[in-house]
Amino acid sequence: MGGEPVAPRPSADLLRVLTCGSVDDGKSTLIGRLLHDSDLLYEDHLAAVRKDSATTGHAGGQVDLALLADGLVAEREQGITIDVAHLYFSTPRRSFIIADTPGHEQYTRNMVTGASTSELAVILVDAARGITTQTRRHSLIVNLLGISSVVVAVNKMDLVDYREDRFESIASAVRELASALGLPDPVCIPVSALHGDGVVEPGANMGWYDGPCLMEHLEQVDAAVHAAGASGIVGGRLRLPVQLVIRPDHRFRGFAGTVCEGTLRAGDRVRVEPSGRTTAIARIVTFDGDLEEAPTGRSVVITTSDEIDIGRGDVIVDPAHPPQRARRVTATIVWMAEADLVVGREYLLAQGGQTMSCRVSEVMGRLDVDALESVPAAAVRLNDIATVTVRTDAELIFDPYTQNRTTGSFILIERSSNATVAAGMIEAAAPAAAWEAVPGATLERQRSSISGAERAERLGQRPATVLLTGLTGAGKSTIASALERELFERGRTTVRLDGENMRLGVSRDLGFSSRDRSENVRRTAELARLVNDQGLIAIAALVAPSAAVRERARELIGADRFVEVFLDPPLEVCRARDRAGLYEAADRGEIRQFPGVSAPYDKPANADLVLDTSRLDVDACVRAITAWLEAGQFIGAVETPEP
Amino acid sequence: MERDRLQRLEDESVHIIREVAAQFRKPVMLYSIGKDSSVMLHLARKAFHPGPVPFPLLHVDTTWKFSEMIAFRDRMAGEIGFELIVHTNPDGLAAGINPFDHGSAHYTDIMKTQALKQALDAGRFDAAFGGARRDEERSRAKERVFSFRDGQHRWDPKNQRPELWNHYNGRVGSGESIRVFPLSNWTELDVWHYIGANEIEIVPLYLAAPRPVVERDGTLLMVDDERFRFEAGERPETRSVRFRTLGCYPLTGAVESTAATLAEVVAEMAAATRSEREGRVIDHDQSGSMEHKKREGYF
Repeated sequence: MGGEPVAPRPSADLLRVLTCGSVDDGKSTLIGRLLHDSDLLYEDHLAAVRKDSATTGHAGGQVDLALLADGLVAEREQGITIDVAHLYFSTPRRSFIIADTPGHEQYTRNMVTGASTSELAVILVDAARGITTQTRRHSLIVNLLGISSVVVAVNKMDLVDYREDRFESIASAVRELASALGLPDPVCIPVSALHGDGVVEPGANMGWYDGPCLMEHLEQVDAAVHAAGASGIVGGRLRLPVQLVIRPDHRFRGFAGTVCEGTLRAGDRVRVEPSGRTTAIARIVTFDGDLEEAPTGRSVVITTSDEIDIGRGDVIVDPAHPPQRARRVTATIVWMAEADLVVGREYLLAQGGQTMSCRVSEVMGRLDVDALESVPAAAVRLNDIATVTVRTDAELIFDPYTQNRTTGSFILIERSSNATVAAGMIEAAAPAAAWEAVPGATLERQRSSISGAERAERLGQRPATVLLTGLTGAGKSTIASALERELFERGRTTVRLDGENMRLGVSRDLGFSSRDRSENVRRTAELARLVNDQGLIAIAALVAPSAAVRERARELIGADRFVEVFLDPPLEVCRARDRAGLYEAADRGEIRQFPGVSAPYDKPANADLVLDTSRLDVDACVRAITAWLEAGQFIGAVETPEP
Repeated sequence: MERDRLQRLEDESVHIIREVAAQFRKPVMLYSIGKDSSVMLHLARKAFHPGPVPFPLLHVDTTWKFSEMIAFRDRMAGEIGFELIVHTNPDGLAAGINPFDHGSAHYTDIMKTQALKQALDAGRFDAAFGGARRDEERSRAKERVFSFRDGQHRWDPKNQRPELWNHYNGRVGSGESIRVFPLSNWTELDVWHYIGANEIEIVPLYLAAPRPVVERDGTLLMVDDERFRFEAGERPETRSVRFRTLGCYPLTGAVESTAATLAEVVAEMAAATRSEREGRVIDHDQSGSMEHKKREGYF
């Protein structure tokens, strides 16, 4: 190390860099080398590393530069980096924030975390080993997170005698990988972090290489974040998510937030999502005086020319290019929790000020990092990258992630622990499920001339829908038939809607994904409503595994005439009764998304009746249901409702 | 319109501070009176302008701070007009815990760490801002911006919430809290340049002046009041010194310097070969000592 350390004035330019490599690629050593050879280390930091090198270092007597990057005690003992560490340094040309993320496979979440705020990625490849699964994974994540500026540092050139042919063969494999991923060609640089060649100085061993050293490249590369303003609109489309309302007194009402795309200009017309109201920017207020305009990235307070209602979670946008709004989006998520994703469970979705309940309603597939393609997924586990459909309780205002990193991303939060369990990147609005489809505006309901009272008097009953829900083998069809027989004997009029029969006809186009199951329940519920409207009692036998979907059926039919009967024998009993071998097929993975095996069944929390069919015989179950119908005066002494 | 580096750091910090105000029921800002705290306070004023800072400032007073710090604190509270909470550990005070008799580790635990926990519990604060920067010390480099603490204020470095984009997760259960570090991405030099660019007032101890000091084991300690304990043969001598960091005067080393203006300090910084925390006695007990303290609830 020569000369006095230099701590230059911070240069105006700041670049956020992500470094990724596998455990043994020597990434920490490379970062240490960058700092060391740029004379950017403080003497006492270096002294501490020298001291630690003697006791825990792995550099065989030399100063272990990796210890600079590996901060925590436990990590130093293990000799690997396990979390995201941030390092700061400046050269006369540029200031850098390095997010150092671990290379070990089980820590994908940390790399995604580091990538989410980085503008350039350095991927390390071991010259002796070439491209590995890790290299593929890192390239995939870098691409997924929207970092288009990538440097591949081919490290440990000393181990391959600084041979040009070895470097060229790796560089060509890297270009192949990039092209398979749809990444622009990365810049490849040969280095030896251990000895310093190609890091800050070219060194004497690679005369054949005429490209820039790593540091030189980092100082000069133009790494504008392509995701901010990648909409193709010149100058970007205004996006100002509102963080909070600033209202010190009745005279001032401003809206605070950070411009995440486009330029905000005083006087410009803007639109407020989701209300859709338009107004003009009256002032851009800052502590240091009003601004005429504020570029992307600036934190501001604005006032509007009209008094309109704006709050946290609203987004102020360019009226010519508004964002999208949907309650259902397709997204790529990276799962970050030990516990698997539960399809249908309620999570919180957060994107800046927008926070809402949501459920992952469908898993379309999981990314296989070796094959670089989507494969079917029975579960979404820690570090999995999956494509899913997310359904939100409120309308989400968003842009596709490829167009805007802020309005295109979200996190998922587990409600009981408040842990951040997933990172999400939005692809597009998903087609609304049929539940939400709005009938054509010209359609009108054709009314019957027969009143409910007339029907009740003729039939001696009031209409109701009995939903028998439970796992395969719980006894739904058996009890539906017995109940139908009993009511028939009593002179009542029923329509039996068995899920299996539905699938033989009305729902023959549907499969068994959660989306298709939901649709089968909807169709059954619509039929039940129709027959109820004609005064008949509907008996529906459906697995209906999702509590949310059953709730929708209840709303559609009408809560006052909907009876939820949960058939709840132990799972072993269901399996024992399963003569068709469906459970075994599900165990073998031949049937996918099978409730109770590879898909969840949400047990009803507030069923009207819970019947354990392993302890109650069929007659007892039927008696319980008819007693419930009598108590509700649907059958028995039927009081004729007022016309 | 190009945003320069300080503007970019300011924008990020202002965004973080506003997120806390929006997400938490009862935040508080730790005010150590140092230069980083002064910058953090300035950023908070910017974040809510033209409104006031919507949360109180908390100073944990060990009773051993430099007297100039306390005077500066009280004057700032009056001039800027923020709500100031001052807390001293009453048990430590009653037991006469001091840095001379009880060792820096024990003293720091009682008068700083325990005192801080008492104050946070008493105020039922669910978020506490700190002015720490990731470049200060190696264990800080892995700290989140929103750093989760359990009901006992403990940090679990192996079980931190992933922090993505600028979507901060501030949700906590009863008794749990978040420590928030809006200056995470600032360096010491950034702080100095920002102070200069924004004309932020700082405690004069940061600028060189003739002060009474003794040299002990290579560290220059200032004789700030009559409670200073001289060791055999020690006598105060007047030297031109300044401080790179401020804390309890018996635990804070001065550096010899003639830099009496901000510009001179920055110029001296530019030639510095030692990091700023080196002046702090408490960090040197053992490698990794900061991490141990942080797990226990130290800021």
